[in-house]
Amino acid sequence: MNGGPLHPPEWTVQHRGPDTVLRLAGDWIACRTGVRSPADARRTVDEAGNGTLRIDCAQLGQWDCGLVVFLRMVRDRARAATGIRIDDAAVPQAARQLLALTAAATSATHGSRKVAHKSIAVRAGENVLRAGKEVGLATALVGESALRAPVALAGRARTRAVDVLQLAGEAGFGALLIVAICNGLVGDILAFIGAVQFRRFGAGIYVADLVGIAMVREMAAVMTAIVMAGRTGGAYAAHIATMQGNEEIDALKTFGIPPFDFLVLPRVLALVTMMPLLYLYGCAVGLLGGYVVGIATLNITSSAFLVELQEAVAGRQFAIGLVKSLAFGALVALAGCHIGLRAGRSAAEVGRAATSAVVAGIIGVIALDALFTACTNAMGI
Amino acid sequence: MSRDESLLSRLEVRNLTVAFGTNVVQRDLSFEVRAHSIFAVMGGSGCGKSTVLKAMIGLLSPATGTVLVDGEDYEAAGERRRIEIRRRFGVLSQGGALWSSMTVGENVALPLQMFTLFDASSIRALVDLKLALVGLESAAEKMPSELSGGMRKRAALARALALDPDIPFFDEPSAGLDPITSNRLDDLILELSSGLGATVVIVTHELPSLFAICDDGIFLDGETGRAIARGAPRSLRDGCGDPTVRAFMERGRRATDAARGTGS
Ligand SMILES: Nc1ncnc2c1ncn2[C@@H]1O[C@H](COP(=O)(O)OP(=O)(O)OP(=O)(O)O)[C@@H](O)[C@H]1O
Ligand SMILES: [Mg+2]
Repeated sequence: MNGGPLHPPEWTVQHRGPDTVLRLAGDWIACRTGVRSPADARRTVDEAGNGTLRIDCAQLGQWDCGLVVFLRMVRDRARAATGIRIDDAAVPQAARQLLALTAAATSATHGSRKVAHKSIAVRAGENVLRAGKEVGLATALVGESALRAPVALAGRARTRAVDVLQLAGEAGFGALLIVAICNGLVGDILAFIGAVQFRRFGAGIYVADLVGIAMVREMAAVMTAIVMAGRTGGAYAAHIATMQGNEEIDALKTFGIPPFDFLVLPRVLALVTMMPLLYLYGCAVGLLGGYVVGIATLNITSSAFLVELQEAVAGRQFAIGLVKSLAFGALVALAGCHIGLRAGRSAAEVGRAATSAVVAGIIGVIALDALFTACTNAMGI
Repeated sequence: MSRDESLLSRLEVRNLTVAFGTNVVQRDLSFEVRAHSIFAVMGGSGCGKSTVLKAMIGLLSPATGTVLVDGEDYEAAGERRRIEIRRRFGVLSQGGALWSSMTVGENVALPLQMFTLFDASSIRALVDLKLALVGLESAAEKMPSELSGGMRKRAALARALALDPDIPFFDEPSAGLDPITSNRLDDLILELSSGLGATVVIVTHELPSLFAICDDGIFLDGETGRAIARGAPRSLRDGCGDPTVRAFMERGRRATDAARGTGS
């Protein structure tokens, strides 16, 4: 196609005896002179009435698919309105052949189905049902891991130790910096708030108790789990969802390798081992942060702070924190894997899976923590 | 192999209907795959060949109907039994589906590590052999993302052969390969069947392969969602009256000519 000035496409319908002539003129170049609308084609055919519609291309200039798409709409409309025959002998040979190809293609796509529009009530109901099903599936996954984990540890499942080690390394070492930053800052903040409040009563030394108990019992476990939900839970979901899309999971199944053993268990084992370690590390950094801020803002000696801290943080607090971090590790890994395995097979689904895994992980961690707090309160520990 | 054995059917499909939701892809298929045959699943693009293959492998539960493997109902078997049955299969899916986080060598090695007691050096030797069979011995250390499309397909073929399957399923093994490589693959598949006694189920559009290696088959029609012909591709080419089948076997020449004829 040369770049010279183009004439806008024109078409006129003329009646000549029993026949009608559709006269095409001008240049029909889709991206330069536009594409005619279906309404144009409909009007043209309706104007033509019954009989034979002969297409005359004597004054047709340049053309490309912009012409073919118009001819196709005219043809389809004429087919729908019975009694019209199209005589396209004058249409350029190449355009006619393209048109013939579209005829073959349309007849092959017969099974198109309409998606029914659903009312809000129906959609809400469906969502509730789906949520119920999700909970059921997630529970099944928790049960399955409880049952399969001992088998895997005994080395009889299709879980490879190398996978567990590699995943544990990625989850653990990779997270050291961000876990330190988060927990250190939380320790600082706790000490700061405590210092401001307690100083008014001349009880500044209790900052040590506040930082110690809050970090060890609650904050270190929760903060670390939230960091891991964002960092690792989302990654697990995205990885597994991508494998789903590539049919890699199907390939595992065809070899008789259960995806649960091969993909889910190593991730659960990796996080369940790394989360308590990261928790202890997060505790250490958080307490250090609280200590630094406490000493800097209050008029107490370093040894007094440390003695107070030591008395406040009993072994029991660590036990509670460790149990929590174990549970959080399992939860984050299971949420990521479950959502990844349930994802669809497209790139958009991968993004959606990663997002929901992070959201589910964070909400789950906080909800589980509330449950733990209620239980420990009730038990009086 | 004895005469009786060669008449045995290894796979039997009875009244199989496969569907995605309400969209029925193929309905009421019934056929048998004889032992040691190379069975072709033919048909136009989008007619449901891959879907039927998935149902035969057990990746997709059929809407109705049963698939018998050596006389055993696949769906009715328990999960544990199903895994055992699957171990006789080797599957090359249309997209290859290599495990993308492992090298090509590890892809082929994984099934061997999982299901055999070979030591590391035997596994290496076997992996090298399988990769050499498909002409990829130099690519063992590469990641799947570093391979070309045809190489990926061949690597996936090597993986499908890792456990020396009795019943390999190949979905378009030679699509996207040059004529020489695809000829070599034909030889390989023939060797699997006649030399190693495997029963091969293959989806392919390559007419030369179909005529050269397949001795039985089924032709699926996308428009009606049914099987419209049964038999060896060669005999379908020479003796089938159905116009769709004829057009397929003659590379659509007639159909296109006919369309041109009516268009002008
Ligand atoms: N996951 C899916 N969900 C919904 N529909 C699907 C899905 N996979 C395939 N289909 C539909 O099923 C039909 C058959 O698809 P299939 O992949 O089996 O075709 P095919 O015969 O293998 O085609 P080709 O030769 O192009 O590989 C198609 O119409 C397709 O749209
Ligand atoms: Mg296919």
